[in-house]
Amino acid sequence: MAVLIYLENWDGKFKKLSFELVSYASKIAEMLGSQSLALTIGNVEEQELEKLSVHGADKVLHLKNEKLDTLDEQAFSNLVADVARKYNATVLVLSNNNSGKALAPRLSVQLKAGLVSGVSKLPVSVSPFVVYKKVYSGKAYANVQIKTDLKILTLAQNSFELIHNPKPYVVEHLNIQPSDNLLNTKVKEVQKLTGKVLLSDADIVVSGGRGMKSADNWGPLVELADLLGAATACSRPVSDEGWRPHEEHTGQTGKIIAPNLYFAIGISGATQHLAGISSSKIIVAVNSDKDAPIFEAAQYGIVGDAMKVLPKLVDAVKELKLR
Amino acid sequence: MKILVCMSNVPDTTTKVKFVDDFKKLDNNGIQWVINPWDELALTRALELKDDLGSGVQTVTVAHVGLAGSEPTIRKALAIGADDAIRINADAPDAYVVAAQLAEAIRNENFDMIFCGIESSDHNGSTVGGMLAEFLGCASVSCVSNVKLDAGGVVITRELGGSKEVVSVPYPFVAIVQKGIANEPRIAAMRGIMMARTKPIKVVEPRPLDSLTEVISYEMPVPRAACKFVEAENAADLISLLHNQDKVI
Repeated sequence: MAVLIYLENWDGKFKKLSFELVSYASKIAEMLGSQSLALTIGNVEEQELEKLSVHGADKVLHLKNEKLDTLDEQAFSNLVADVARKYNATVLVLSNNNSGKALAPRLSVQLKAGLVSGVSKLPVSVSPFVVYKKVYSGKAYANVQIKTDLKILTLAQNSFELIHNPKPYVVEHLNIQPSDNLLNTKVKEVQKLTGKVLLSDADIVVSGGRGMKSADNWGPLVELADLLGAATACSRPVSDEGWRPHEEHTGQTGKIIAPNLYFAIGISGATQHLAGISSSKIIVAVNSDKDAPIFEAAQYGIVGDAMKVLPKLVDAVKELKLR
Repeated sequence: MKILVCMSNVPDTTTKVKFVDDFKKLDNNGIQWVINPWDELALTRALELKDDLGSGVQTVTVAHVGLAGSEPTIRKALAIGADDAIRINADAPDAYVVAAQLAEAIRNENFDMIFCGIESSDHNGSTVGGMLAEFLGCASVSCVSNVKLDAGGVVITRELGGSKEVVSVPYPFVAIVQKGIANEPRIAAMRGIMMARTKPIKVVEPRPLDSLTEVISYEMPVPRAACKFVEAENAADLISLLHNQDKVI
């Protein structure tokens, strides 16, 4: 019996979401009275692997093979399934990020294990196994029962607090070979997005909407983001107009994010936009229309012109940094 | 070359959802049903590829798992430009059953490319595309923001956290598509709407299959506390609240 955690690594490094995942899965292992095993594939240094035990992993499983430098969904899911069988996993936990979304569905079919994605809390009960998840893009929640012996969950990012739960560091280096006939993804070109805070990982996001009025007005918004170490984002009309790149679009058909703090500057708050940001812990809205629906979702609001309010926010943050 | 686009039928994204039967079922009353927004973008891209006469794309088919009530939404897809449709005549208790039914219905249809939207706006699962690929035993590429065809074959752009990669996979494959795959969903023209009436919808009877998960009950979100307003003149106070009280900056 074991709770198996699949952990992606980025050039051999883990991120906050990795430790959230270990914290979460180790709590489930406690609920079930079983062990938590943290599996990662790729070239990861020992001192990085050790960090997983700090958050409660009973054992680290490390699989290294130069054929696995690139995510191949078929090959990777086969390997994770092999490990799940070998260690008799009863729960398999992945992140609800890009790689988790790619692998969990394939694993569900291979292992005939019920999958619930995007969970944000510990299971409501373990017998029967019921989990709680957001549905209708945040307009409701569902309690979902998983009826199979093996359960697969993907955890929403930034939904579970890190737990400091040090365990002795135990590692097992696995020697499992991927099958060549499953390795079919050929990478032709890689473009690393470096030098800026990734929207999906950001604790703070500063986002602009139509109220920014033109592509030329983003200076103070970007400055505020830089001062706060935040990522920048935008609403759909802004990316449609080409004022900002489409990677920044947050909302129903764009990115779905859950930062600790979200600034909605000149965003009216259409349902489609709220669908992408409703899991943010704190929403701050700046809008010239006091009746804008964004104020219903926000904890803090300023009624005013974005162009006039932004410099004041920038100055206040600068002052805070000086203190 | 044949493209399949899988589509789900969802409440219009502006719907205020309500539940009946002691919070066990969605209240269908007054709901306007639409093509899932991501699937609509997937369909748009498939049609763009077909429009390019040199691409070799001959047909674009849509497939859907649902009862007869979802046919108006399928007709919309045909009006936008899909050539034909497959409807698997089953309720969809969970994503596993949806993917299994799709796989059984299309296994012998020899599609070269299968597009699935990254998520449906009802259960927000992000699961059917990957499951379908596994049932079919073929490659899948997730988080796809572009699919192009050139002389050398298919060129796919995927967006992993922190990097953008251009990859290729052998046919057949499932591409799970997201933002960027098409700019705007294509809108049905009058001619398309007329033509859609006579386009074929093949109805396939489902296999008996058990779901792996089951929704026990729904809940409404806890309403957020009322918004605290700060005067525009005193914007600096907001920053101190966020710093001292909420400790988020």
